[in-house]
Amino acid sequence: MKTAVLLKQTFDTEEKIVFSNGTIAEENAKFVINPYDEYALEEALRLKEIHGGEVIAVTYGPERAEEALRTALALGADEAVLIEQDGQPEDSSLIAALLAATLQPMSPDLVLAGLFAVDSGSGSVALQAAERLGLPHASSAVKIEVVPADDPRLHEKALHPEADELTGAPNASLVYSERYALIERDVEGDSQHVAVPLPVLITAQQGLNEPRYPSLPGIMKAKRKPLKRVSAESIAQAASVSLAAARTERTELLPPAPRAAGRKLSGSAAEQAHELAGLLAQAGVVKAEP
Amino acid sequence: MTKKILVYAECRDGRLRRVAFEALAAARLLAGEDGEVHAVLAGAGPAEAEALAARGADVVHAADDPALAVYTPEVYAAALSAAFCSLKPQALLLGHTAAGRELAPRLAAAFGAGHIADVTAVQAAHDGGEAVFTRPLYAGKAYERRRFAPGVPWVVTIRPNNMPPASPSEKQGTVQALAFEVPPLYTSVRSIVRRTSGQIDLAEADIVVSGGRGVRSAAGFEPLQQLAEALGGAVGASRAACDAGYCDYALQIGQTGKTVTPQLYIACGISGAIQHLAGMSGSRTIVAINKDPDAPIFGVADYGIVGDLFEVVPLLTSEFRKQRPSSAG
Ligand SMILES: Cc1cc2nc3c(=O)[nH]c(=O)nc-3n(C[C@H](O)[C@H](O)[C@H](O)COP(=O)(O)OP(=O)(O)OC[C@H]3O[C@@H](n4cnc5c(N)ncnc54)[C@H](O)[C@@H]3O)c2cc1C
Repeated sequence: MKTAVLLKQTFDTEEKIVFSNGTIAEENAKFVINPYDEYALEEALRLKEIHGGEVIAVTYGPERAEEALRTALALGADEAVLIEQDGQPEDSSLIAALLAATLQPMSPDLVLAGLFAVDSGSGSVALQAAERLGLPHASSAVKIEVVPADDPRLHEKALHPEADELTGAPNASLVYSERYALIERDVEGDSQHVAVPLPVLITAQQGLNEPRYPSLPGIMKAKRKPLKRVSAESIAQAASVSLAAARTERTELLPPAPRAAGRKLSGSAAEQAHELAGLLAQAGVVKAEP
Repeated sequence: MTKKILVYAECRDGRLRRVAFEALAAARLLAGEDGEVHAVLAGAGPAEAEALAARGADVVHAADDPALAVYTPEVYAAALSAAFCSLKPQALLLGHTAAGRELAPRLAAAFGAGHIADVTAVQAAHDGGEAVFTRPLYAGKAYERRRFAPGVPWVVTIRPNNMPPASPSEKQGTVQALAFEVPPLYTSVRSIVRRTSGQIDLAEADIVVSGGRGVRSAAGFEPLQQLAEALGGAVGASRAACDAGYCDYALQIGQTGKTVTPQLYIACGISGAIQHLAGMSGSRTIVAINKDPDAPIFGVADYGIVGDLFEVVPLLTSEFRKQRPSSAG
């Protein structure tokens, strides 16, 4: 099984964000693999331990992102690809186009990515790439199993048999694939169990697994593993993607609106509770319908 | 040319979600008074279609098909695609909800559109200028304004609870059936486990009472539940409370949990770690109840009570019950 993992190197979430000249200062900041992408990578490694095959980590980013790929190799990825970001704008459709063009010739059985990147917070790139690749997807996975098409669980009655029949989902006569992913996904706190044929793109939610740490032998081995660097231009050219085709652009970067200094109440617990209730009523925040 | 804006009017259990009305209001803002606002309604009844038509949708396109009974991204995307392709609107607006978060990028890529996600404010410009969208970065530690490149369609997802919902409008819109073809369906839904049914939706709640490790046990959430009930709000939690098994992960608020933007957030026994703040610091008014006067949560709180939550929370509950005796019990 060939699994591609989409990674992004992001600020450590504990980092303080410092603004300078309309951008966010990166000097001295600590960069890590986006935490959601760590779950995706860990899952790819676990699935490889069960099913064999290879794991390829792919990132689009600046020079420093190579560090994230080295970490991925040290953790057990077999290969890594860095699409060099060189002045191209940060636009999800453009990035998705470059990633899709990079993945296409690999024809992975599985593409894993994080639910969203903690810096930009859009959660858009991986799913746009899925659309471009013509792959189905399952988002926000908290459990993933890859099973053969004859797994009995696939042939239990689905929640929506009409739809299954309409379309050739697993319990109908038409079988899409030799393998399916059984996925438990988090849907705003509820959980939904779905089956999707491979190849499929899956995004990882917290709770999917507990990511491992790199080991010393892993770090040594990583030095000899292939890390390919490709320029965004060359991919764009080969796939006829226009690098000028960014569809959105940032016009301004702002610090969060400052919060007015808060106030600690005083007095006995009862006095404080009474005062707070009065203040909130006065401010009009506690008049929601009962 | 009149501007057309299309809204995905998302439902939950067959009822319109509040974010659908928020998106409707944002759509009106973008369309302008003489523009057209269209809404796609999928798998819901005529009452919901009427509600949209009464609150600012000029045309409601109601899709009806047995395949819509259970949500799958393929079928819902197909219904939205059909409306998009026949109307060719300037923009498609969706809630930044579980469904909106997955439909928007797929549709954006399919339409060759740009996608601006998790928008908290919209500035429309009708004097030849461009619309600008504000959204948080780094979990709210920064914000950016973005706009679309000229000539491309727009796909925008709107964070629930950040914009006023559409109010009843004078003119009543029309409702028409939306024809669409059910595509080959890859996703087969095996089962759905509801952990949040019957509760007020956290992401859309006006008031959230949250508990952290300080509540000490599952039973410790009881006083919080009572306070939430007295206020007509929902209960949330920190990750530490979920990790400790005091409550379900469905309640987790924060960077890796839900993002909430209520009018009032009451944090009980929560220290205020950066990852928790990421999910709630956009709340209008924040109250913190904590034993530790140096807890970082006081740094973002509008009102702080230094004290034992087990003492303070029940006192607050009875204060609010006094204020609104009708909702007691
Ligand atoms: C990658 C990553 C993602 C994370 N995502 C999230 C997330 O989404 N959401 C989240 O919440 N956390 C998240 N965390 C965890 C976060 O860092 C904190 O560990 C967590 O928020 C702490 O929860 P807490 O405040 O309930 O517990 P603690 O930090 O243990 O604080 C408990 C507080 O309760 C107070 N207290 C105790 N007893 C009482 C009492 N009787 N009355 C009043 N006060 C009392 C204490 O003074 C203390 O301040 C994440 C961490 C990481 C590394």
